[in-house]
Amino acid sequence: MANKRVNAVVVGAGAGGGVVAKELATGGLSVVLIERGRWHSYDEHGDDELTSQRTFPLKCGFGPDNERNWRMSPDGKNGWVKVFPNQWSYGNNAACVGSGTVSYGAMAWRFQPDDFRLKSKYGAVPGSTLEDWPLTYEEIEPFYEKAEYEIGVAGDPTNDPFVPPRKKPYPMPAFSLNGEGIILEKAAWRLGLHPFPIPMLRNSVPYNGRPACIRMRTCVGYACPVGAKAGTQNTVIPAALKTGNCELRINCMVSEIMIDDKGRAKGVRYFDADNRLQEQVSDIVVVSASASESARLLLNSRSRLFPAGAGNNNGWVGRNIQDHAYAGAYGLFEEEVYDDVGPGACIAVNDFNHRIPGIIGGGVLCNEFIRMPYQFTSIRPRNSKMWGIEHKDFQKRYFRRHIAVHGPAQEMPVFDKKVEVDPVVRDFWGIPVARISGSRHDNDIKAGRFLAEKAEEWLKEAGAVSTWQAVPGKESTPSQHQSGTCRMGNDPATSVTNKFGQLHEIDNVFIADGSLHVNNGGYNPALTILALGYWVGGHIVDMWKGTKMK
Amino acid sequence: MISRREFVRITTAAGAAMLVSFNTSCRNKISRWRFLTGEEISLLDAIVEQIIPTDDFPGGRWANVSNFIDRQLDSYYRKHQVAYREGLSAMGMTVFQLKGRKFEELPFAEQTDMMEMMESGTFPGDYWEEHSPAGFFNMLRDHSLQGFYGSPVHGGNREYISYRMLGLDYPNIIGQNRYKDLSWRIYDAKSPANGK
Repeated sequence: MANKRVNAVVVGAGAGGGVVAKELATGGLSVVLIERGRWHSYDEHGDDELTSQRTFPLKCGFGPDNERNWRMSPDGKNGWVKVFPNQWSYGNNAACVGSGTVSYGAMAWRFQPDDFRLKSKYGAVPGSTLEDWPLTYEEIEPFYEKAEYEIGVAGDPTNDPFVPPRKKPYPMPAFSLNGEGIILEKAAWRLGLHPFPIPMLRNSVPYNGRPACIRMRTCVGYACPVGAKAGTQNTVIPAALKTGNCELRINCMVSEIMIDDKGRAKGVRYFDADNRLQEQVSDIVVVSASASESARLLLNSRSRLFPAGAGNNNGWVGRNIQDHAYAGAYGLFEEEVYDDVGPGACIAVNDFNHRIPGIIGGGVLCNEFIRMPYQFTSIRPRNSKMWGIEHKDFQKRYFRRHIAVHGPAQEMPVFDKKVEVDPVVRDFWGIPVARISGSRHDNDIKAGRFLAEKAEEWLKEAGAVSTWQAVPGKESTPSQHQSGTCRMGNDPATSVTNKFGQLHEIDNVFIADGSLHVNNGGYNPALTILALGYWVGGHIVDMWKGTKMK
Repeated sequence: MISRREFVRITTAAGAAMLVSFNTSCRNKISRWRFLTGEEISLLDAIVEQIIPTDDFPGGRWANVSNFIDRQLDSYYRKHQVAYREGLSAMGMTVFQLKGRKFEELPFAEQTDMMEMMESGTFPGDYWEEHSPAGFFNMLRDHSLQGFYGSPVHGGNREYISYRMLGLDYPNIIGQNRYKDLSWRIYDAKSPANGK
């Protein structure tokens, strides 16, 4: 039996898609939200480090699975090699209801106003497609605020002189610092830096019907046992379902956006939970499947008018994929600094975001989330013995006596860092797989090295007796912070969507995820993706009220 | 004339078959392991004890790291079955040629020397076809660390021993314990490695 026609299909129930589904459903549109993964609970995963979304030698606990999903990755010899979700070269985020927002660390950063006008601030950058956003910080600010209030953010910007301008305080008070946070705060003051508590999409007090955080050590990479960590799966998606206007279809893999001969979208084709090919006809299609998978879906949606994929007649879909050039340092201490108060990350400085001579962008510096025991086995100074009694001594001595500080250095968009679809290799369902390639811009390495230097200085000032840096390399596969593959812009020749996430070439297809980012800021991008969900979703509802998209 | 590659394949297969028949005939029961043989396990036990030795805390052997690896070879690590079958056999044969004794019968320090040769790439690679001694060493090391530090649900880290070693066995904040995963107790009751 054919599926009933609906107003909108939303592909992907992550940060962007969850918000859009809720905005559309509350705005009166009938919505089908399609997700390739399923619901997850804490009980299913527990504190299992080997299948967490942080360290995943056995599998990615929050999806996707290795049995049906793979990609191609450069093999370093001008060829390609098949890679699976639990390999770093795959570039995984997650695949489940809530997607990355189930297992993320939940940092709630607004980008800086300058992040929306990087090209105006720094000028054109050779080797980069750096551009200003078509939308200003002032325009997106109310949507940041909406995300902070509806999803729930705890924070206190009082001590951050570089905080992006805000009209209202955070809805919840900031989290208290843990032991290492207190040590780092004092050291930062001595260095003349401006430390402040990291804003978090996590309840510091009961909020929106969910309880306060119980400070688990397993937070980033894991589900929350009490639901204090806010994701779309425990906020906007239930709200969308509650309207009665939204149906969530899980375990369904979308293969194609159907485009008619007039160049408009008719809906999507997908494989249902029993792997049967289905069609869902709709007035609007919203793609929010992550930067890599959204681009893959557009590229796989070939039609007479769009032979290179939906909205890709200019060849920009899948280009400019970015993540962050993470950089930082580790410090070893004489005394115990570990107090087992999770999630670990609690303190930040904004001093190195847009304030570095000779470097474009930069990034925030934070103490790192708790490193669990297996992850800690790889954290060693160079030339350490990685097994035997030396290994065990190091684990015993330093697990509770080390601090990590790092930050996401902003990456420059590079046109040839890209997502394509493989001409030959197909996944379990027969859908051409994504292949991701390209190298970082030199500025990213420079910015990363600078951040690593500053992280090391901070740790030394905090009393570390031994320190070493971790700096980014040229090669990387964008993963949990992936963005930029369907950038928004005013010029249809050099962007994929307009400032509302609407494809330049197909007016009833919208993008609502990190793919829209023109650049990715010097911050974890989740709050920006949520805010863009409100921005794009609100715009669709406004348009719908006027024209019904006919 | 058969190639060296085929020779190794035949001899390792025959060796494995011999070991299996030896095990079943002597003990007259089905192997308690899923993929590895009893002989392979006794070598592997010595190896994981090298990777994580006993000091004032138990080491890899006590923590059931071999059981972890055996279990993964029958599930997530099926793709590494050939590497283990070939690697353990090759390692065992090479050590016997060099020392005249099995690896697990050597004094601890001599075992360590052998492991260091494998890691540094100076271990003879004559019996290896698909993998190298250094590659096999890295795999053994990484899997052993997973078995020792990962969740007991996967068959290693017996009684959360590594968590106890790091002072993580009891959370500081009252209430969190309600959410600690205790399913390994049920799992271990069914495990063939139980009661070791």
